[in-house]
Amino acid sequence: MTARDPLAAATPPVKSGRTPAPGMVERRGSGYWLTHLGLIIGLLFVFFPIWLAFVASTVSQPEIVRPPMPLLPGDRFFDNYRKALVSGINAPVALMMLNSLIMAMGITLGKIAISLLSAFAIVYFRFPLRRVFFWLIFLTLMLPVEVRIVPTYEVVAGFGMLNSYSGLIFPLIASATATFLFRQFFMTVPDELAEAARVDGARPMRFFWDILLPMSRTNIAALFVILFIYGWNQYLWPLLITTDPSMNTIVMGIKQMFPAGDDTADWPVIMATSILAMIPPVIVVISMQKLFIRGLVDSEK
Amino acid sequence: MATVSLDNIRKTFSKTEVIHGIDIDIADGEFIVIVGPSGCGKSTLLRMVAGLETVTSGEVRIGGQRVNEREPMDRDIAMVFQNYALYPHMSVFDNMAYGLKIAGRSKAEIAERVAEAAKLLQLEPYLKRRPRELSGGQRQRVAMGRAIVRKPSVFLFDEPLSNLDAKLRVQMRLEIKQLQRRLGVTALYVTHDQVEAMTLADRMIVMNDGRADQIGAPLEVYANPRTRFVAGFIGSPPMNFLDAGLVNEPASEAATLGIRPEHLQITTGEARTGGIVLYTEALGAETLVHVKLPDGAMVTVRQDSTAALPEEGSAVGLTWSDSDQVFF
Repeated sequence: MTARDPLAAATPPVKSGRTPAPGMVERRGSGYWLTHLGLIIGLLFVFFPIWLAFVASTVSQPEIVRPPMPLLPGDRFFDNYRKALVSGINAPVALMMLNSLIMAMGITLGKIAISLLSAFAIVYFRFPLRRVFFWLIFLTLMLPVEVRIVPTYEVVAGFGMLNSYSGLIFPLIASATATFLFRQFFMTVPDELAEAARVDGARPMRFFWDILLPMSRTNIAALFVILFIYGWNQYLWPLLITTDPSMNTIVMGIKQMFPAGDDTADWPVIMATSILAMIPPVIVVISMQKLFIRGLVDSEK
Repeated sequence: MATVSLDNIRKTFSKTEVIHGIDIDIADGEFIVIVGPSGCGKSTLLRMVAGLETVTSGEVRIGGQRVNEREPMDRDIAMVFQNYALYPHMSVFDNMAYGLKIAGRSKAEIAERVAEAAKLLQLEPYLKRRPRELSGGQRQRVAMGRAIVRKPSVFLFDEPLSNLDAKLRVQMRLEIKQLQRRLGVTALYVTHDQVEAMTLADRMIVMNDGRADQIGAPLEVYANPRTRFVAGFIGSPPMNFLDAGLVNEPASEAATLGIRPEHLQITTGEARTGGIVLYTEALGAETLVHVKLPDGAMVTVRQDSTAALPEEGSAVGLTWSDSDQVFF
């Protein structure tokens, strides 16, 4: 093991520092446990609502409404989740999750593609009004979806894109943040690299594909995580333009499961839906995190 | 293999002219070094030959063909950059193969040409590594390999050694020279280091503020600098400049007399001028004696370390032979 790991073999002082004199252990130990205690308390604090939601999704409706609320999972796990996935309340959760997945992936990939290309254009090409275009893109940073939602609705309705995936995805694709991020990254790439590629005979798009894109992969991975969660959590926009339950996304779907007026809510199913809605972003974060870290190590200079 | 001709090349950056007309005909296989202080336009000149900068006026010909409007890839050149410009995400092999891949060469031919270049540059053990896993000298070799595999007619070097430490620089300098001789490829080499220029060049272009002050073989430039700038730039320590009037040289109308440090002798006999020794620097093989003349000018005398060392603060007489002096 040591022989295979040159770093460990080359740094004995650090290793010996880890087994300090007996007097040191106590002091270091108390700090060690205190920080961990703090972290564990914080973790419990954050995790508790999620735990409650999980517990609520495994018991029956009467058990939830009767105080005190149960703190340990019940025996209705499979019943509740099956009910949520297959029938749901307005639309089956499986369908809503598929809708959400298509919307989130569409927004993420669209945003990354468009912002990579626009950043490429702004950094590497000299065309008239280049700065103006950049500032126009930058300006849209200051206009969130909510501000321009009425005119956007008008446009989407005019194109007949209500209740469709394209209506869910296209208005949210333009991204000043991602363009800005890629622009900043491209500006740190030495000019000589573009020139070397030119001498090697690479046309601009070839340079983009072969050199710029592989070099940006860590940024792309980071953006993918952020943008996927952004897309997945879209609430207001899907709520506005999808009236057909079969086009509902899961985040807005949860809200629509809440009863209107005096109806009784099917809380176990709603909670099961909430738990299910959390799973895809968690999967994306965990799986992309691996790629993200590997990317960081790979491109270390 | 090709000749390169520059015909009254000028370059203007938004109304400011930075290159004021350069002419040179470079023979096939010749090693030309463009040398000058930073900001003199030497890199711009090279980049115009490469096609990375447009030529404002004048004509660049490679192998007799006008190439002003051609893209770099169509000029049959290869360039080595100062910071190597290796593609960081590609292996050494892919870095060298990239140009051939774009040119659409077959896999077998690419493998063969890369292997050949790798053998020449002793890069064979590193072909699978990424550039960041290599030392500076090895990166430099990969950059050269990338140029070699293309089998260009002209090599262009843009200060390729300035990122290396002094010892490696001397070694790579020799390697570049050997390589160029072996391949017989015409080369243009930009540097600010006059030692590199002297050792590498068949002919050198000494540039000063966008003009070619002198073009010639290194020793000829050294012996007969045409301008005071060239005289001061080439040679270390630089040439001494004396007031011509001070040393009673009525024969010339020029105001300044130039004399190389190694041509000055400290004499106890008849002296042409004299001064006070300020300090001496013993470098081992030779000793530099710095002398202050009566008019305040400083001159450097380079003498053999076996010669008698004058004491600091003492007055000495200086002499030289007429054949070694230059007037400006």
